[in-house]
Amino acid sequence: MLRFFLIRILRALVTILAVLTFAFVVLRMSGDPAQVMLGPDVPQESVDAFRHAWGLDQPLWIQYISYLKAIFTGDFGVSMRDKASALQLVIDRIPATLELTIPALLLKLVIGIPAGVYAALHRQSAVDRGVILAAIFGFTIPSFVMGLLLVLIFSIILGLLPSGGQDTWQHAILPILTMSIGGIGILARFSRSAMIEVMGQPYIRTASAKGMNWADVVWRHALPNAAVPIVTIVGFMVGSLIAGAVVVESIFSWPGIGRLLVVSVSNRDLAVVQCILLVIAAAMVVSNLIVDLMYGWLDPRLRSHSAH
Amino acid sequence: MAGPILQAKDLVRTYEVRQGMFGRPSPVRAVDGISLTIMPGETLGIVGESGSGKSTLGRMLLGIDPAQAGEIAFDGQAMPKLGTPQWRALRAKMQLVYQDPLAALDRRLTISAQIAEPLAIHGLVPLEHRQTRVAELMSAVGLRPDQADRYPHELSGGQRQRAVIARALASRPKLLVCDEPVSALDVSIQAQVVNMLRDLQEENHIAMVFISHDLKVVRNIADRVAVMYLGRIVEEASSDVIFQSPLHPYTRALVSSVPVPGRPLKGRTILQGEPPNPANRPSGCAFHPRCPMATDICRTTAPPLRAISADRTAACHLVADSAEPVAA
Repeated sequence: MLRFFLIRILRALVTILAVLTFAFVVLRMSGDPAQVMLGPDVPQESVDAFRHAWGLDQPLWIQYISYLKAIFTGDFGVSMRDKASALQLVIDRIPATLELTIPALLLKLVIGIPAGVYAALHRQSAVDRGVILAAIFGFTIPSFVMGLLLVLIFSIILGLLPSGGQDTWQHAILPILTMSIGGIGILARFSRSAMIEVMGQPYIRTASAKGMNWADVVWRHALPNAAVPIVTIVGFMVGSLIAGAVVVESIFSWPGIGRLLVVSVSNRDLAVVQCILLVIAAAMVVSNLIVDLMYGWLDPRLRSHSAH
Repeated sequence: MAGPILQAKDLVRTYEVRQGMFGRPSPVRAVDGISLTIMPGETLGIVGESGSGKSTLGRMLLGIDPAQAGEIAFDGQAMPKLGTPQWRALRAKMQLVYQDPLAALDRRLTISAQIAEPLAIHGLVPLEHRQTRVAELMSAVGLRPDQADRYPHELSGGQRQRAVIARALASRPKLLVCDEPVSALDVSIQAQVVNMLRDLQEENHIAMVFISHDLKVVRNIADRVAVMYLGRIVEEASSDVIFQSPLHPYTRALVSSVPVPGRPLKGRTILQGEPPNPANRPSGCAFHPRCPMATDICRTTAPPLRAISADRTAACHLVADSAEPVAA
């Protein structure tokens, strides 16, 4: 078990390193921070001075090595824009994002999974058809369209909810809805197909042929076996708790990580972008690790120590 | 002598099959008017090609697949409605063994947990004695005690099927329906499992319906054999009789298709063609398009299943009212 853990953690670190390297190279190839920060009409000496101050005049690989060194000592750099610690900037924004993504995740779980399971157990019924239709509607509409649609209906036509900002809890309702609708659709679809597949298995038919009552068949045999594919999707959703709100935060002017990312990318604020990507990658990697552990618990075939 | 453990009369099961996306649904009679009687402790073999309706029939006999017409009586009592408490309680008395043991076991539970499950469902053995009973069952089917905590994927195919059989026997059933129980196993394991089933059946006096397309296996285990073709029984007789002197041309083709060591392959009746589509049943005798001896009456009139001699029935126009097979 320890070995399993160590291998996984090592693999996670390699993933994060790959993300960092990729971001580092692409950011430096795709635009010049000096030009963006200082504007188009500054004298060449100012540009050179800026580059020298931030170490941008060094060869790429030297910059890369000193960046890695800094990271290993816990130094994530300083924002070029306001000279504050990049890490601190990012950490300050995380709560705002989680205020949206955690309720959205809970909505997805609480509505999506039961809807899908119910539909699977009442296949071909009116409810089943309704769930499929609503699910397709939910996940085919992109979140920026969904967000604008909700603003149109609830803010402009009905005048019930604010269309942007972070002042009261009412401000959170539309962004949370926008983020959860697609996920509810995806989870409902996945839970439904996972349950339908499991319900068709001989061990389910055997369980009822043994005289087990229906509720026990569903709770004891069907749901735990259907959980594996569902856990995969949920793990992905948990992993994107931090990164999943980029578009929605922009639509609703919500001051979270997503907004910070958009602003920092357009400013070429290297340290901040790199720091955000590191946090996002770490979140994804950690949730993947948890999913792997859940698999072992859900499906004995995937337990590494039980291989005979 | 006690009455039959299971009596089925004129069972019918139809499926709707749609041809193409906009095709009109057409009914397929998977089981088309079958009557059977099974005595306590007896083994009835059911043979036939795939698609002949044997598996559907097996599930209907257990009351898992409801019959659309006809009646089933278990131990003299009419089969309760599917899903009712009476129906569930009756499950303890009748059990099913599937072809694929890996699929029939829940991969998340150890085999001892799964063998214990029927005991818990029906409240048969108090909790403190349950482990003992599971150990007994495991040793009865030839599993070692140290395999109790194994998961299905940690066992071989034969061991899994033993676990499935132990689970089926846990509630001391009076009737066991085995649907191709050894077809998924290696030939060397097949004989072991079949012999074990036969021993357990004799010890516990269980009636058994043994569904298989493998005539060698059926001959080995069955007292009586019913041959199915397209949802109907075309011949039924004791195992020895049917294998020695098959009457129906279809049975004869099946029997002669079994290779016998030391005998040349020449002179065997080899069936031509595929079994017809059940959705498009041939007129008259359903077997006539493949029958080497079909005459005009076979094409127009379906032969009824009639008694040929005591304890022997066949459905063929060409079989005379004597026990002698028609001349080929």
